[in-house]
Amino acid sequence: MVNGLKAKKLYINIGGYKMEDKFRGLDDSIKIEMLRKMYEIRHFENETEQFIIRGMIHGTCHLYIGEEATAVGAIFAINDDDYITSTHRGHGHCIAKGADLNIMMAELLGKKTGYCKGKGGSMHIADVDSGNLGANGVVGGGIGIATGAALTCKMKKNGKTVICFFGDGAANQGIFHSSINMASIWDLPIIYLCENNVYGMSTSVKEAFNIERISDRKCAYGIEGLTIDGNNLVEVFNTVSHFSGECRAGRGPVLIESLTYRWSGHSKSDAQVYRTREEIRQWMKKDPIEKYKRILIDQKILTEKEDKDLEKEVAVQLDKAAKFAMESPFPEPSEVEEDVYA
Amino acid sequence: MRELTYLEAIREAMQQKMREDSNVYLIGEDIAEYGGAFGVTVGMLDEFGKERIKNTPISEEAIIGIATGSAVTGMRPIAEIMFSDFITIAMDQIVNQTAKIRYMFGGKAKVPLVIRTAGGGGTGAAAQHSQSLEALVAHIPGLKVVMPSCPYDAKGLLISSINDDNPVIFIEHKLLYKNRKYIQNVPRRMYEIPLGKGDLKREGSDISIVATSYMVQKSLEAAEKLSKEKDIECEVIDIRTLRPLDIDIILDSIKKTGRLLCVEEAPIFGGFMGEVAAQVSEKGFDWLDAPVTRVAGRNCPVPYSLVLEQEMIPGVERIEKGILDLLG
Repeated sequence: MVNGLKAKKLYINIGGYKMEDKFRGLDDSIKIEMLRKMYEIRHFENETEQFIIRGMIHGTCHLYIGEEATAVGAIFAINDDDYITSTHRGHGHCIAKGADLNIMMAELLGKKTGYCKGKGGSMHIADVDSGNLGANGVVGGGIGIATGAALTCKMKKNGKTVICFFGDGAANQGIFHSSINMASIWDLPIIYLCENNVYGMSTSVKEAFNIERISDRKCAYGIEGLTIDGNNLVEVFNTVSHFSGECRAGRGPVLIESLTYRWSGHSKSDAQVYRTREEIRQWMKKDPIEKYKRILIDQKILTEKEDKDLEKEVAVQLDKAAKFAMESPFPEPSEVEEDVYA
Repeated sequence: MRELTYLEAIREAMQQKMREDSNVYLIGEDIAEYGGAFGVTVGMLDEFGKERIKNTPISEEAIIGIATGSAVTGMRPIAEIMFSDFITIAMDQIVNQTAKIRYMFGGKAKVPLVIRTAGGGGTGAAAQHSQSLEALVAHIPGLKVVMPSCPYDAKGLLISSINDDNPVIFIEHKLLYKNRKYIQNVPRRMYEIPLGKGDLKREGSDISIVATSYMVQKSLEAAEKLSKEKDIECEVIDIRTLRPLDIDIILDSIKKTGRLLCVEEAPIFGGFMGEVAAQVSEKGFDWLDAPVTRVAGRNCPVPYSLVLEQEMIPGVERIEKGILDLLG
């Protein structure tokens, strides 16, 4: 409602599709909550990096810094009880889906209080009850699982939808092809959200593809698809809002390519010899958090001070999460063979 | 009671579970109008419709991935992989996803999925359509592996597998499907045979034979022959499920006989019976009067020519020889 009058729907064009600007109609509190989630991801990853430097992460981690707008924009555009599958670079998706930061951090440190009781670590955080069907250590490993969740939604007619997150690297795995094809012939309610962050480990998309846009592959499956600015939260939110509606209406899957960039190396052992500092700097200028924050401040939804306070609150929250994780007990060695079978 | 073939028993188990539970559905290649490559699902499309008899493109990896994802979210899929050789196409899903989800997620997910597949040779289908790959999957924690040898067991074990909250690889044998030699009385009612319980298919006091799937039938033939011709009484144990393994039924038998011959169709090197032999030597050494021996497939792919195929896969004669050698 604007000035007591019913707000008129405003339509926008993204990637050749006319869609409603649903972001515009959101409550300010939700718009601010999305900024908070982006900060949570950024600070969680910074905290994780500190743990890596201090040698407290037993395995590896893949940081999501620089890609926050995609996870938050997409997940806020679906319902709480909808499903997602995530990737090895999955912290952002988990946090956006509402994961508890304490429990996540405890898992990274291999603690009993973690999401997987210390059995999964960074690459396997899942919370099935909240619709998070898990990060995945295999590139493309979640694409089939997500498609199966969409089949459940269709068979049970529960009105839910699925976002399947995967990277540019996964788009060259066989399961990408066979799953999207099956989702297409069965009109499954699923959004294939390809986070094109330019590199599959060290291999540039320029070397790995001979097409301009990964979303061009939509033609191979007879589905809709488009490429969007993955660092623009508003664009991600509006696109996923639109296509989740299409999915729920039974109009089948969509392939969204979200252009973004990971600021950190692939994993904790990456010397980053395959890209230049200049390239990283250019992308850091397109910081998704900075971009979104500006929008909120310009639209007077948030003041500079409120923004600073919000970030401070999140920093305190992360200190608590780190403390919780450090103080949590490790699992007992005797638990090693538990949870293999139901 | 009426007599059913192995194939009919399997079909009946699926039909009865699908009537009882709307979450059970079938997914696989050529399973609808065609009725499956071996005819196991004939008629099921008419009864259950294409929403529950989900015919797929030729995409084994996606079949298992989709079945897994739907199992985690509340369905109870039965995925058919036409030939067990083709599970290798879906191996990332089976090994890295399906089997691991529960453990990786700290016990907070269930994967009630049955993967039915046809294994074994003897059909002249050569190296890529005849393998016995059970050892590959039995090695993976998180999977259960079932290999029925007869119609009665096939029905009860399949119902248990569908009811189980874990992924189960259910390996059927092509030569058992329609062979009327192996028809059995099968109750009309639904019944379960617990996974992890072996079965004594023949009692005997001279030697114990442990076998799987079609090799149980071949071992029984060898046992009957030796009983008639040489007055040797073999005890034949069908372990029925490789994982979980009922090692106690084998140990109980060797307490009586002192000798164990393991029979399987897969190549002997690295075969599942190596695990049986190891466990028996660890837990039952005191009762053994002779080393555990094996009769198994030769160490080559399954060949095409009948002459070569019969040499590769154990038959009654080789089992008989194995028994006589072990008895000295």
